Amino acid sequence: MIQTTKHCALALTVSAFALTAGTAMAETDSLTIVSWGGSYSDSQNRAYDQPFEEKTGIKIVHEDKAAQGLAGIRSQVEAGNVTWDLVDMLQSEAQRACDEGLVMLIPHDEWLADAPDGTPASEDFIAGTLGDCFVPQILYATMFAYNNDAFPGDKPQTIADIWDTQKFPGTRSLQNIPQKNLEWALMADGVDPDEVYTVLATKEGQDRAFAKLDELRDNIIWWSEGAQPPQMLADEEAVIATAYNGRIFNAQVNENQPFTIMWDGQMFEVDGWVVPVDNDADVEAIKEYLNFATDSQRLADQAKYIAYAPARTSSVPLVTTHADTGVDMKPHMPTSPENFQNAVQFDPKFWADYGDALEERFSAWLAQ
Amino acid sequence: MTDATMGNPPGNTDGDGELTTADGKPLAVALHRSHRQARRHAFLLVAPLLAFLVITFLIPIATMMTRSVQNYEVADYLPNTTAAIETWDAKGLPDEAVFAAMGEDVRIGAENRTIGRVAARINREIPGTRSQMMGTARNIAEMGPPWREAFIAQHEGWGNEEFWRLVKRETRTLTPIYYLLSFDFEYNSYGEIVERAPEYQVYRLMFIRTAWMSILITALCIVLGYPVAHILANLPLRYSNLLMILVLLPFWTSLLVRTSAWIVLLQQQGVVNDTLVWLGIIADDGRIRLIYNQIGTIVAMTHILLPFMILPLYSVMKTVPPSYMRAARSMGAGPLRSFISIYLPLTVPGLAAGVLLVFILAIGYYITPALVGGDTGIFISNLIAGNMQGSTAELKLALALSTILLVAVLIIYWLFNKLVGVDRLKFG
Repeated sequence: MIQTTKHCALALTVSAFALTAGTAMAETDSLTIVSWGGSYSDSQNRAYDQPFEEKTGIKIVHEDKAAQGLAGIRSQVEAGNVTWDLVDMLQSEAQRACDEGLVMLIPHDEWLADAPDGTPASEDFIAGTLGDCFVPQILYATMFAYNNDAFPGDKPQTIADIWDTQKFPGTRSLQNIPQKNLEWALMADGVDPDEVYTVLATKEGQDRAFAKLDELRDNIIWWSEGAQPPQMLADEEAVIATAYNGRIFNAQVNENQPFTIMWDGQMFEVDGWVVPVDNDADVEAIKEYLNFATDSQRLADQAKYIAYAPARTSSVPLVTTHADTGVDMKPHMPTSPENFQNAVQFDPKFWADYGDALEERFSAWLAQ
Repeated sequence: MTDATMGNPPGNTDGDGELTTADGKPLAVALHRSHRQARRHAFLLVAPLLAFLVITFLIPIATMMTRSVQNYEVADYLPNTTAAIETWDAKGLPDEAVFAAMGEDVRIGAENRTIGRVAARINREIPGTRSQMMGTARNIAEMGPPWREAFIAQHEGWGNEEFWRLVKRETRTLTPIYYLLSFDFEYNSYGEIVERAPEYQVYRLMFIRTAWMSILITALCIVLGYPVAHILANLPLRYSNLLMILVLLPFWTSLLVRTSAWIVLLQQQGVVNDTLVWLGIIADDGRIRLIYNQIGTIVAMTHILLPFMILPLYSVMKTVPPSYMRAARSMGAGPLRSFISIYLPLTVPGLAAGVLLVFILAIGYYITPALVGGDTGIFISNLIAGNMQGSTAELKLALALSTILLVAVLIIYWLFNKLVGVDRLKFG
């Protein structure tokens, strides 16, 4: 009996040592990557994480915490214990993280791959999307989508139609943040898309946007996670919802849901990588990953798995068909010409300045 | 006990009748020693728990309270300006020396990439200051004396007296601002405390809403739980065991599962609405919104917290002999009278324990309101969470709100103790 216990104890000690040794080795050979989870992380995983692991032997560890990305980096840097090596972020948040010195400066042409024709990275990415600390991967749109079954006759065509509850009755599902909702409210109120941010910077403009949202208030249910709006449309809890275009594409193509995207007034923005300062990974490994994951072919590959447009100009001609269903991806890209006619660029700079105040006002409005 | 043994040292008791132990020591001394030893052992036994509580509970709470009043951004990242602005009388624009100091601070801040941290702090009070400071920081290398003109040429915001008054005010490293914000007050540009504009007021409303919804949920738990506990306590054992499992089963089920089940039941295309439509009580296009509002939160939370009311009530009711009620009836009291005079007072310890449990759990509840509360059915805890994550997270405001919530709960507990007496409670 005693003998057995001794053996067990020995075995335990040995395996404990083996485990610690294993982790220690994994740490030097792995990168911790924070992203959005769901079908988005899947697309990254299949397009470049797995190929990268095969190519270099460096293991990619995923954490789905991008929604708290900026707050997370802030507290990790403040505590002096940075465990995230790369974080997937929206451009607006990346700019703030960069301004606050929380993420590394990235010398674009030194770190990133050239286009196949030799164009340097700094000229290949869509103009205005590269940041001092930020490398974009994709361009995505947030726009309205509806369930075809709810509107047998006329379909909503414009942002103003969304506000027309007489003609298009039913519940709308909107995200519980001020971003984009205030812009759409102003557009519905007749403000020219080019002027939206100028108007929204004034007190009168803000009052006007909130008054317009008030009109729709009784017809709105709110979502907070990207997976919710397709679900709400499918359950007929809402007839119209704002959503990320990739999520609606997924419901249309993979789940055969009768959804239509209304591209009018789509708001597009880019999403990409930042590298937290003082992280515990080898900078060469991070450089290698960034170089590989944002080259022209890898970004085009990502569009095989999700309907987001690559952030590199040279990737556009390389976009092919959906990996699982064979659907041609080009017409589903937010940047395809017929979808892009009345597109509005989300302004990260405006929200960096006015976000604090408008978010406070929005949460007060929401609680009334 | 200690005093009694200490106060009667051997020899002083009753002359020669002093008691001793087998080995001849005075009994009182031996007793005292063994008590002391027992206490030491008891302390050693709880020491790990005590250390655990101090490390994981008291220290974090103390840190939280300290950080909620810290305000180091301006002093730390604009040190030269902080020194130079001290003598400024806050009238008109500051003089060249202050602008020159700001020039130096912005240059260093741009080099270390820390200027964004102070810009974020100031932008909170004057929207637009972030791009004013960041834009200037990008061009600081080309700027030079006269600094005042150079700054104002970069951005007109540098010529705004309000900005400089704010900088001067925020040079202090301790601030009550996050507590003011928690009660919907703020500083105006002259440093006076004023109420915030109505469209920004939210926290008082949310504290009051959290309180009344918690009271309502507690009341519903009493109304629903009291009869159930009574039946449980008075049924024959084989039935009451089965019933007890029905009470405990949801208690053992994951919180998320129970909350999601309510979503399925209450949503507009859900079971309840379907039934009402089928019965012809409401029209198909007039389905009632039962979730993503206050109704949803109240229904789901009452269900989730109900066992916390039933279990202490049950344990107390179990001890009330049925003969008491029969005695009251036999002496001529009606059913209501005998309930109010006999049964209710006897069950108060369980009732009070249930009320305290349910109310204090409810007031800090987070996950259920977040899932089914929609816009108007959320609690203060959801706003605290909102201030902890997201891009414009204001951690210190979250800390101030949490501290207020903690103090409120302690006050409620104290009041409750005064009114009912915590030593009388029976938690089960």
